[in-house]
Amino acid sequence: MQDPIISIEGLHKVYDSGFTALADVDLEIQRGEIFALLGPNGAGKTTLISAICGLVRQTSGKIAVDGHDTLEDFRKARGMIGLVPQEVSLEPFEKVLNTIRFSRGLFGKPADESHLESILRELSLWDKRDSRTSQLSGGMQRRVLIAKALAHEPEILFLDEPTAGVDVELRKAMWDTVNRLRERGVTIILTTHYIEEAEAMADRIGIISKGRILLVENKKDLMARLGGKQMTIELVEPVDTIPDNLAPFGLGRSEDGHELIYDYDTTADRSGIASLLSAISSEGLKVKDVHTRQSSLEDIFVGLLHEDGAS
Amino acid sequence: MNFHAIASIYRFEMSRFFRTIGQSVVSPVLSTSLYFVVFGAAIGSRIQEVDGLDYGAFIVPGLIMLTILTQSVSNAAFGIYFPKFIGTIYEVLSAPISFVEIVIGYVGAAATKSFLIGVIIYITANFFVDLPVSHPFWMLAFMLLTCISFALFGFIIGIWAENFEQLQLVPLLVITPLAFLGGAFYSLSMLPPVWQTISLFNPVVYLISGFRWAFFDQADVPVVASLLAVAAFMLLCLGAIALIFRTGWKIRA
Repeated sequence: MQDPIISIEGLHKVYDSGFTALADVDLEIQRGEIFALLGPNGAGKTTLISAICGLVRQTSGKIAVDGHDTLEDFRKARGMIGLVPQEVSLEPFEKVLNTIRFSRGLFGKPADESHLESILRELSLWDKRDSRTSQLSGGMQRRVLIAKALAHEPEILFLDEPTAGVDVELRKAMWDTVNRLRERGVTIILTTHYIEEAEAMADRIGIISKGRILLVENKKDLMARLGGKQMTIELVEPVDTIPDNLAPFGLGRSEDGHELIYDYDTTADRSGIASLLSAISSEGLKVKDVHTRQSSLEDIFVGLLHEDGAS
Repeated sequence: MNFHAIASIYRFEMSRFFRTIGQSVVSPVLSTSLYFVVFGAAIGSRIQEVDGLDYGAFIVPGLIMLTILTQSVSNAAFGIYFPKFIGTIYEVLSAPISFVEIVIGYVGAAATKSFLIGVIIYITANFFVDLPVSHPFWMLAFMLLTCISFALFGFIIGIWAENFEQLQLVPLLVITPLAFLGGAFYSLSMLPPVWQTISLFNPVVYLISGFRWAFFDQADVPVVASLLAVAAFMLLCLGAIALIFRTGWKIRA
């Protein structure tokens, strides 16, 4: 195991209102990975990011960025981080290039026009460098936020709901940008509501609910471990009830009786498919079609939240 | 010290000033000219001299003080309130900079703007009246100290304010009345004794008196008292800002 680039121990955040946003959070983010933090609204995703970035004061616990404590050694810790916030917040009357220059300077970096040019070109904003940010479309404004976050060449990039409210084309373009950044060694932490986003990009998934981390796991392992398969057997003639000799298989039945549904575990020694099909045949039921479906991350996510009583 | 960050904030804030350079310059020149028309020509023709000075010249230090007080407070309050209002404050708060650097950047820019406006008013006034400066160094020093200390005060108001109405509240209801009652257009010696004593509780009296001394070598209160008043006010504001950043009041949840 590599040494983590972000290490969080016993993080607790209680707002002045008394609301506990984070409860005893322990989390390690590995260098160079894409980590997706999933959770329903109000789960604590943004508070967690804000605490790491210094926007929210932690009530207790420790956060270290590449070994630098975010409170005692905040300059080094924050200097490594770029943050793309959830809301589009830009100085409306400022020009794109100026606002990016400002961001770079704010992080203590000397002017580097060629670096800023390369960022703007990569995000297809170079032609808009002299436009005021208020004149840009919503998608372009989101890209300006990314450009601002990248202006000081951070090693860690936080993307808080980066594709909320953007169209499919822009979302794919953002995924490409994120993948290119990862190839350069940038560690990326993203929060998202879009399960497909996490499924498409993340190396590891963290699920947070009610301020607690419910699970952190490698995406592939998670899907293999929790992701069961489902087989749907379409029948030529509907059945009113499931025949007695099929009861041991724990089948489900569609409302119209045309389909039998069988859940099975791909990691088990025997899936039971052959014996099920044989039992169906001996029962005299005629099969029209059979298809299978892998559980998505969304199914896993919803299942976990149900277990936690969050939804 | 993160000098790049200070310079970035300073430049960014100053660019706002230069974006609206027309109104930044025209407005104080116009209002100063109006004051000269009203107080200098209309009323001044009936008040020939105050403390042995031509009334038109007498009001200049008070006029400059009145403007730089309100400008310092308004500029600094807006400078920090606007990023809070539109949400861009996240960038400043997540950057590797201390509160001292944030304050130097924002307050420095606000103080520079009001200092420049003060200079513009001084130049404009020279077109209307003969304006000797007895202590040029102290004139600049008083102006600078006032710009900085009231910009610090404005910075606090900008952090405190939750809407644009609150942002205007203190400059309109506190600063302007105090400046008008602080001897901008009259000498304290012209007031009845009771009001002279009451006026000594107005901090702006010390600023205007000290500033007028720098011009005409005449003061309502001792110059040392004026300097101590500015210094005390500045320290008070710095202390309050340090406390704000330590507790995160209104800026960090």
